[in-house]
Amino acid sequence: MSAAPARRTDLRYRLGLNARAVVGRSYPRIIGANREPSWIVFEAFLPLLGIASYVFIYQAFGTRTIAAIVANDSLTQAEREAAIAGAHLWVNALVATVVLGGTMVAFWLNVLWSMASQLYWEKEIGNLQLYMMAPMNRMALLGGMAVGGMFMTSVRALSTLAAGVIVFGVVFQVADPLSLLAVFFVTLIALYGMGMMFASLYLLWGREAWNLSALMEEPIFFSSGMYFPVGGLFKIPGWGPAVALAGSLVPATLGLDALRQLTLGPASQAAILPLAPVSTELLILCVLAVGFLVLARYALAYLEVLAKREGKLTSRHQ
Amino acid sequence: MSYAVETRDLTRVFAGKKHRFRRKRTADEADEHLGPVTALDGVSIQIREGELFGMLGPNGAGKTTLIKILATLLLPTSGQAFVAGHDVAKDPFPIRQRINMVSGGETSGYGLLTARENVWMFSQFYGVPSRVSKARIDELMHVFGLWDKRDAKVRMLSTGQRQKMNMIRGFVTDPDILFLDEPTLGLDVNAARIIREYVLNWVRSQKGKTVLLTTHYMAEADQMCDRIAIIDKGKILACDTPEALKRMIRTETTFRLEVDAIRDTASFSSMQGVKNFSLTNDIGTNRSHLTFILEDEGPVAEILSLITSQGKKVHSLQKSEPTLEDVFISMVGRGFE
Ligand SMILES: Nc1ncnc2c1ncn2[C@@H]1O[C@H](COP(=O)(O)OP(=O)(O)OP(=O)(O)O)[C@@H](O)[C@H]1O
Ligand SMILES: [Mg+2]
Repeated sequence: MSAAPARRTDLRYRLGLNARAVVGRSYPRIIGANREPSWIVFEAFLPLLGIASYVFIYQAFGTRTIAAIVANDSLTQAEREAAIAGAHLWVNALVATVVLGGTMVAFWLNVLWSMASQLYWEKEIGNLQLYMMAPMNRMALLGGMAVGGMFMTSVRALSTLAAGVIVFGVVFQVADPLSLLAVFFVTLIALYGMGMMFASLYLLWGREAWNLSALMEEPIFFSSGMYFPVGGLFKIPGWGPAVALAGSLVPATLGLDALRQLTLGPASQAAILPLAPVSTELLILCVLAVGFLVLARYALAYLEVLAKREGKLTSRHQ
Repeated sequence: MSYAVETRDLTRVFAGKKHRFRRKRTADEADEHLGPVTALDGVSIQIREGELFGMLGPNGAGKTTLIKILATLLLPTSGQAFVAGHDVAKDPFPIRQRINMVSGGETSGYGLLTARENVWMFSQFYGVPSRVSKARIDELMHVFGLWDKRDAKVRMLSTGQRQKMNMIRGFVTDPDILFLDEPTLGLDVNAARIIREYVLNWVRSQKGKTVLLTTHYMAEADQMCDRIAIIDKGKILACDTPEALKRMIRTETTFRLEVDAIRDTASFSSMQGVKNFSLTNDIGTNRSHLTFILEDEGPVAEILSLITSQGKKVHSLQKSEPTLEDVFISMVGRGFE
């Protein structure tokens, strides 16, 4: 007696449905970034304050080194000029390292604070039940959140990068733009894949997860080498390499290391202490990206069932 | 025969809260917060396609729990539920394609987006093409009187305007089965009327559209629903057309009294021939309104003498046709507030 028309279920329909869902879910973020433009100015310049202290320290070291070179009488004029050029290159590499770190920090903070706790907050607002009730794929929901977050954060990161270049006079040297783009995007996918996985876990842990984010923030800044070449950790005997390896699980670490190698030219390699060749890092990043996405998918599927069983998918007061 | 919604012995138990902090609790708290709660207790209902079906019950009766299970947001503890012929626990996708849900007092959406953008966003999760979605939204905005506010940010909308937006969200995906959980909660008379009329017309004018509606407003249920289930403490007490429900208590007699405010009502319930009664106090006039469901007219004299013996005056006495509310009082043993 079904008078209601049959609904489509074919592959084309599903692809269309989920593509629309991704666009729909990313829309508030993308619009949000445009709707309050004053906010972009803050977002671009605030991180600069955070990295300025590192930049000044590196610059001060550079100034002292150059002063020492100038004062050294045993050098010939040619040797002196070469040494000074070397010192400038070294300072530029370190400052560039910090600016790149400051740029990528934006993505990491977005993943940690916004992506990860997104589903939890959506539940509090009352959106989550409406999302979960819809026919879209759960990965489209997470994907939409990620795309929106990436877009919004890219605006912020790009402005930080531009401001860093202008304010601190960093010189970048890109020989292989294709690899650079590949590394950047694979890093983002891996990073947001990790965020999607966290989002699923946080759905069940709720408020406690908030503390976990706070707990993770600083140590990961350190172990990922956001503000210094992570290869430096390997020079620390004992715990250094262990911390660096653990930090490498966060996709920002390897991504950042590869980005530094790709933007600073071969002459600066000595200053940035690469962890591994770019190709190796890209490969690992690909594995991490796929791994996190698969984990996120299964984590959410599992936790959705668990939440539906325990009655935790919807906030109580509704 | 296939049903739009069918449940078989559906039961849902919520586990009790774990002791986080050890402290003494009052008996009331212990009752409410600890120990498992049986929100649904062996519910079996069948809702036919094209039906406007109402659920009537006091707070905590299990109405929202039932809707959440049917909307694939909550799993049954035992028993089964089918929506559009599919098992909610095993096969949610085809159900999700065909349903939508709107609850009263919902705060969904993003404050930064406009009303129109919000509804559009939710329609995208159902794969509604943008052009179709936008046309429907504009039309519905006119119908619900929200057209003036179409480009207002959601955080600027009043409660009622927000609820109208939520209703539009429910209709924009063109569902076959719509769950409405107290949709007119907190709306003014006019807004509530617009919503009732639209829902009624939506079900009546199209084939294969089904609505499951929960409400606290007896008149709303009476006026709108083809059939009504009365639910209390997770159990269905009765399920029939509003007329049949009222006929069920026609052999009983309903009396309404307005008297000086009284407190002592215990003696009424022990009176012979009193099936049930309810009491509401009107603080403004300092009077009590009493509704008695009596087996026959016998106890009226006794009731009156009991009231006057307390020194209270009887201001009015009226024998009346049973309303849905009387049915409810007769079954649940208390009125609706
Ligand atoms: N997630 C949950 N965890 C624990 N108990 C719950 C949960 N959701 C509902 N309950 C309990 O289940 C019972 C039924 O709740 P439900 O929300 O279904 O009632 P209702 O009929 O919708 O009431 P109202 O008219 O107040 O909306 C209540 O006792 C409630 O406290
Ligand atoms: Mg309810």
